[in-house]
Amino acid sequence: MATAARRQPITIPRQVPVLPILGLALVAALVLWLGVNLYKAPYDFLEITLIGVTVGAIYALVALGYTLVYGILELINFAHGDVFMLGAMMAATLSVNVFSLHDNEAASKWIPVVLLSLLIGMLFCGILNATVERIAYRPLRGAPRLAPLITAIGMSFILQNVGLAWKGANYVPVPNILPQGNVFNLHGANYRWNQLIVLIVTIPVLVALVYLVQETRQGKAMRATAQDSDAAAMMGINVNRTISFTFLIAGGLAGAAGLLYALYVTNVRYDQGFQLGLLAFTAAVLGGIGNLPGAVLGALCIGLIQNYNEGLNWHAPGSDWTQSIVFSILILILVFRPEGLLGERTPEGG
Amino acid sequence: MATHTGIGSWWGDRSVIERRLAIGVVAVVIGNLILAAFSSWDRSALYVSFVFLVLYVPTWGQMPVRVRGIRVGRLFLPVALIVIALTYPFFWDKLFEVPIFGPFPEVGTGVYMLVFIMMAIGLNIVVGYAGLLDLGYVAFYAMGAYTVAWFASVQFAKHSLHFGAVGVGSNVPGFHVSIWLLLILAGILTAVTGVIIGLPTLRLRGDYLAIVTLGFGEILPQIARNGDNLFGSGFNLTNGPNGITPIDAPGFGSVNYLTGYNSFFTSDRLFYWTALLLVLLTAFCSWRLRDSRLGRAWIAIREDETAAAAMGVPLMRTKTWAYATGAFFGGVAGAFYASFKSATFPGDFFFNISVFILCMVILGGMGNILGVVLGASFLAYLDREGLANIGGWMNQHFGPGGSTFQIWSVPIDVPKYEFGIFGIILLVVMLFRPEGLIPSSRRAAEFHEGVHDQPLYDVTQ
Repeated sequence: MATAARRQPITIPRQVPVLPILGLALVAALVLWLGVNLYKAPYDFLEITLIGVTVGAIYALVALGYTLVYGILELINFAHGDVFMLGAMMAATLSVNVFSLHDNEAASKWIPVVLLSLLIGMLFCGILNATVERIAYRPLRGAPRLAPLITAIGMSFILQNVGLAWKGANYVPVPNILPQGNVFNLHGANYRWNQLIVLIVTIPVLVALVYLVQETRQGKAMRATAQDSDAAAMMGINVNRTISFTFLIAGGLAGAAGLLYALYVTNVRYDQGFQLGLLAFTAAVLGGIGNLPGAVLGALCIGLIQNYNEGLNWHAPGSDWTQSIVFSILILILVFRPEGLLGERTPEGG
Repeated sequence: MATHTGIGSWWGDRSVIERRLAIGVVAVVIGNLILAAFSSWDRSALYVSFVFLVLYVPTWGQMPVRVRGIRVGRLFLPVALIVIALTYPFFWDKLFEVPIFGPFPEVGTGVYMLVFIMMAIGLNIVVGYAGLLDLGYVAFYAMGAYTVAWFASVQFAKHSLHFGAVGVGSNVPGFHVSIWLLLILAGILTAVTGVIIGLPTLRLRGDYLAIVTLGFGEILPQIARNGDNLFGSGFNLTNGPNGITPIDAPGFGSVNYLTGYNSFFTSDRLFYWTALLLVLLTAFCSWRLRDSRLGRAWIAIREDETAAAAMGVPLMRTKTWAYATGAFFGGVAGAFYASFKSATFPGDFFFNISVFILCMVILGGMGNILGVVLGASFLAYLDREGLANIGGWMNQHFGPGGSTFQIWSVPIDVPKYEFGIFGIILLVVMLFRPEGLIPSSRRAAEFHEGVHDQPLYDVTQ
């Protein structure tokens, strides 16, 4: 354009964009590594990808809990992972002690039990999470931001010890209740029924969550509170009840995740919730905290990265390094792109 | 005011100090009577009563006696504490048994407590002064411990370097540098690590910073755990899960801390007094730093970052200094502890320890050195001896075949639930007394006045 040509040349000191270049280089190296692995053993890669998606789906349920709570209170709910763990223990108790299920149970028996356990587990965790909020976070509204963060850590330890007292320090085994047969087998790459069932349970839960947040009155109240709690209160929204409801929903998601984890991984221990919670929190940050689709995307990424790391053959660091890798991702994301992949926002709307 | 007669008017006429003194004396008398009833009373109870009085009357500082402009009363408490701590190795085993808590901690536990006091003072600089929540303090502890482990053990057996090490034969392979130098080196290396961790992350919001420090606190121990074969190169940096042991003990000349010098300077006592010296140095530095230009900048940042920046406080540099200083003390403490324990294992450095130290700072009172010292010594004592003693007492009285009455039929392993108990402490302190047991008045005001833009919904509750 002519106008552009006439513009005075402005001398802006050119800075080499070091950080973005470094970030891109890291991503390129990751893609290259994945590409070589795909080329060397494509069917292994496929199988690992499918496992990663399954695990990622479970992480997504937990990550959504973090992101919902962060969106509304700007609080990292450290206790969330432990609520999830107690949910998994609940599932183990229900399936083993109450309904006494065994390996390879008949479909007519495990389907109603799993559905019932899902319901009970979600309710249990939801109420537990809302109670945690009531005890540990609500009295600290308006306190310095460190205060609820510290009570969150305290609560996390308390719940962990509840699990310890309940089930002891060892792994709690859960029988292979879900069918282990193949859905399909592609040149040695298996996709098993228990993996598919995880998705079959997860997807309706996610759809229900989206419906709840987008379409219902209560969802509207959640979004309004997340955007601006003062304004929401002025509009007549009961902010405290909305926050409790958010914790209830987040806990319900953790309960669903706990059941799926117990059935899919088939062992639970009192400290697993904290570890998995950190992974899920990383997922939430990766997707952009407060952003619901972001949490799901981030969780899938983390699930895939974890399983690629632990499963691939060509120069994979292995499970010894999973924690370090996930935390490195967290640190890199926070340093390079704190708003996450999809951008930080409050549950739909901010 | 209506005039009272008798004790009421006497009470009304007293000053705060006198009232507290009166309550203290009454409490001491009652306490001694109770102890006598439990038939564990002896002269040491009087000694403890004196300590209680000193600790109970924190208004000593307001006594109007001055020498050269310094209030004598203010020195009362610290000096008493130091004297008690210095002489503790001579009388700990002659003391009575406290009901429920059992005997007083032994000198080795004292060293452990002192090491954690030092770490807590270091963390207090980060959390209490600068208001940055650090959930990965254990990384600094690990860094210090491994520094000593590398330079004062047979870990790198291919090399041989001896420099001032005591009690190590000259034909022993590996690096053997004097522990005193290594303490400084560990501090510096850890401070550098702190700066490296801090530079990219200190820009982040408070809660993000917490989670990133947590991340570093998990990564460094994992490197230690997997460091026996780094990246498949066969290079053994940390000896993996087996840890590095033995580590040289400190010493000078013919005094070797490992074996002790004579029946007076036993090994435990040497370690104890050295640790005490380190703690005093740390506390002194921390105290002087707080009132320095840098310390005031930290407090300004804690109270209002925006206002501090507007007043010309360089945020990044000030925060990085807080990090580096806190890390320095953590590193020195870790290094000393590794040398005392003569070993370092990756299993020592997990997230719970970070929270353990944080709990000390919060229980005692963020920002207040004395509070942090008391909080740290109490929790470190609980960790080492207290919980086991309390558990034993509980099981003896209420456990299977309990001497009082039986409540539970299987003995409860109380130390197993240690971190649950610490979680409860964190929760209860934050909910009911967020400024800690012995608060700094400034921090207390912050917690009680709250943040200025108090959310509206708090009112509708």
